[in-house]
This record gives sequence, C-alpha cells and structure tokens, in this order.
Amino acid sequence: MSMHATEPVTFSTRRVAAMVLRYCYLLRSSWPRILDLIYWPAVQMLMWGFLQLYVAQNSTFFNRAAGTFIGAVLLWDILFRGQLGFSISFLEEMYARNMGNLMMSPLRPIEFIAALMVMSMIRLAIGMVPVTLLAIAFFGFNLWGLGIALAAFFLNLILTSWAIGILVAGLLLRNGLGAESLAWTFMFLFLPLTCVYYPVTVLPNWLQPVAWALPPTYVFEGMRALVIDHVYRGDLMLQAFAINAVFFAAAMAAFYLLLASARRQGTLLQTGE
Amino acid sequence: MSDHPAISVENLVKVYKSGPAVAGISFELAPGSITALLGANGAGKTTTIATIMGLLTPTAGRVTVLGAEMPWQRHRVLHRMNFESPYVDMPMRLTIRQNLTVFGMLYGVANLSERIARIATELGLKDLLDRPTGRLSSGQKTRVALAKSLINEPEVLLLDEPTASLDPDTADWVRSRLEHYRKERQATVLLASHNMAEVERLCERVIMLKQGRIEDDDTPEHLIARYGRHNLEEVFLDIARGRDEAREAAQ
Repeated sequence: MSMHATEPVTFSTRRVAAMVLRYCYLLRSSWPRILDLIYWPAVQMLMWGFLQLYVAQNSTFFNRAAGTFIGAVLLWDILFRGQLGFSISFLEEMYARNMGNLMMSPLRPIEFIAALMVMSMIRLAIGMVPVTLLAIAFFGFNLWGLGIALAAFFLNLILTSWAIGILVAGLLLRNGLGAESLAWTFMFLFLPLTCVYYPVTVLPNWLQPVAWALPPTYVFEGMRALVIDHVYRGDLMLQAFAINAVFFAAAMAAFYLLLASARRQGTLLQTGE
Repeated sequence: MSDHPAISVENLVKVYKSGPAVAGISFELAPGSITALLGANGAGKTTTIATIMGLLTPTAGRVTVLGAEMPWQRHRVLHRMNFESPYVDMPMRLTIRQNLTVFGMLYGVANLSERIARIATELGLKDLLDRPTGRLSSGQKTRVALAKSLINEPEVLLLDEPTASLDPDTADWVRSRLEHYRKERQATVLLASHNMAEVERLCERVIMLKQGRIEDDDTPEHLIARYGRHNLEEVFLDIARGRDEAREAAQ
C-alpha cells in the first residue's frame, strides 16, 4: 500500500511550490544565472537613457517628452524578460533531461505552467528592480512613480509574455530542442509591431490594424500618453486586457493541443533536437 | 490484495510516422508480481512502458494501471506509480537532498524529511545528501535515481534498464534493493532489460517482444526448458535471431 492514498485530482499548490523551489535551488546554485538576469536589462537601459539625453539636448519635443525612451525600454524588458523567464525555466528541464521525470510525476500541466509564471515574476523582480533603481540614479526617471498606471502596464505586459511563453513551451514539447530558438526570438516579432519606441501612426495604414491586435501596443501608447501628455488612458488598458484574455486562452488551448500531439507522436520521450 | 490486475494491456497498437512500434499486444500483471519485458532494440519495449506510464497515447487498444485508463486518467494513479530509466536524469546542479525534496513534494510524500533520511540510509546515500547530483559517480547517480523512484513507495514500479552501464557490484546491489523493496511492499514491478542474468534472478515472468508483437510469455524456467537451452540469454537469441540462425551462431 502506498504511504498516501488520497488522489491528487485537483490543482495542487504544493506541487507548484515544489517546482518553484526546484528553480530557486537552481538559481541559488549559480551566480552567473543571477548576473545574467540583471546584466542585459541594465546595459539596455543605460544605452537608451544616454541616447535620450543626447536627443533631448537637440530637440524641443524630446526635451518635453523626457523619459519616453527609458520608459519604453523598461516596459519592453518587462514584456521580453517576462517571456524569457518563463521559457528559460522550461528549457532548464530540457537541458537537464528532467522532462521525463516531471511528465511521469503527478505534476499537472496547469501546475507546471503556474510554477513557470511564478518563476517569470521572480526572475523579473531580480532583474528589473535594480535596473529601475539605476534609472532613477542615472536619469531621474522613476518608473515606480507611474503608480496605478504602472500596475496596469505591468499586468498587461506580463499576461502577453506568459501567453507567448506558454505557446513556446508547447512548441518545445512537440518539436524538442529544435524549436529552442523560438524561445529567444519569438518576442522580437513584437518589437516593431507593438510600436515600443514610436506611435502607431508611424506605421503604414495597412499595418496599423495588426499593431492594434497586439496587447502591448496599447501599453506603449498608454505610456507615451502618460509621459508626454500626462494623461492616463484607462480605456487602452481595458482593451489590452480584453485582447490579452483572448491571447492567454488561445495559448493555453494551443499548449494542450501540442501536448496531446506530443503524446501521439512520442516526442515527450525525446530530449534532443 | 486486489484480484484486479495492477497493469492491463489490451490489444495495444502504437504506430509512428516511421511505422508500427507495437502491433497489438495484450497482457496483464498481477499485483505484487515482477515481470520482465524483453526484446531486441526496436522490439517495442520502451514504447510499451511509455504507454503504461501515460507518456504516449495508444493508436489503438487500452492500457489501465491500478484501474485507471492511460493516459486519460493518469492523474488518478501517477502518485501511486514511479519509474527509473537511464534515459532521464535528475537535475545535476541540485543536491541529492534538494532533488528528493522536490520529487517528494511532487508525489505528496508525508513526513518528507524523515522519508528522505530513511531512504538515504537504506540506499547508502546518507553522507552524500548535500552533494550536487552532477558530482556523483555513475553508480551513485543510479542510487539517487532509485531513491527518487522509491520516494513515494510506489505500488507500481516501472524500470527501464535499471542497471545499464553499472559495474557488476553496483548492479548486483541495485538488484538486491529492488528484490527487497518488491517483497517488503508487495509492489508490482515491470522491468525492461538487456541483462538476461538479471532477469533470471529477479523476474518470475518474462514477456518476449519481437517487432512489436509478443513472441513468448512464460516463467524463465519454462522458457529455458521449452527452447531446450541452458539460460535465458540463449532463449533471447533464439527469439531475436530466429532459432536456426542462433544455432548456427552458437556452432
């Protein structure tokens, strides 16, 4: 008789905590992994910050719109690093050849995804909090001063990053490490289309509907409205949230379809390409 | 003990794009039994075990474990099963204690610290608990994998080549632990192995697979007698190569 007879038929926070603990053990054991979380966001922020200083000195508009570039790069990093934090934790299991152990354990896919979301937040906090403090120290730009608007921006960006992370995880399960590059590059498709550094009106007319179909576009437009015009666009945040809900549901559906396909094709047994 | 089989495989078929891997096999394993699944590479052993574990969806047929149909009802029974395979690793940067803690939590083991201490003592890992798994010898890693597979005291234990690439002493030690565990817990064990001496020692029943079909199914003693051979390895060669070819090779 097994030492525990209860059937784990429901969502288990204990199993989510087990996976979060596993990734925290990993982070704790490797200082290069922690350094990597801070290094590139800091470099990006400093580069765009100094560029903004230079442009502002030579342009009345950018002088008035101080903080647009730094704000954009910090919000972009929430989007990009949020997805990377999710996908890298997932990839760690493939690199460690541990996926088989997890897939044959009582861990449910939804619990695995929940743990990856928590890790995405933890990795984001480790990477972004020091960088936002650097932005205050170097350029006087206080992201935290955006208050309630920052909370709305963050919620929408992190939801998009998780949706993409979930889709990429499904593709990795279905196609193995041959799909690894998607984890690193998928979000860059959003860089020009979500108008991180310029308004949507800059895009050609035919491309603008595509931009407005992506939730981060609303966040970056909202950020510019706040920094340049000092107006909080709650309407944009609500629209972004509605599209995010669709994105997230679609990503979950795709993940379960790809997982079912992996079970049919036998790719859960493979760990390589 | 239940009269129902611990594992039931009915007309299992698994076809990949590259062709059929399992072509309609059926067998039942009684609770508390220990059975070997034998066959040459590509015979369908890993596919069969993966289907039993719920990693693969059958193309046709039905697999149940402890009454739950796999893979659809796997979450009803996964906490009562476990497995060991050389084709998966434990995370190398984590210490043995950390790995066992994580898997113990995943399997819902009660009094986990005590369980880890007990299993570490039983498997000779007590002094290594705080060492990263990646810094262990292959024999020590196998013991860690065994500790993980026994952490929840499973009723059904699936083993895919549990002693592959181990020295004879460590392999013998692992077999002793498995024998002990099976007797102590009355667990059902299904074992895939290429080591015929191991199978003769451990298993009360052998299912021989060839090209995705069951070629024979009996006790090791009966198989050896029926094929007129001295040991299970010769029987294996008879089946894998075809009887005449095996005799020629022996001559």
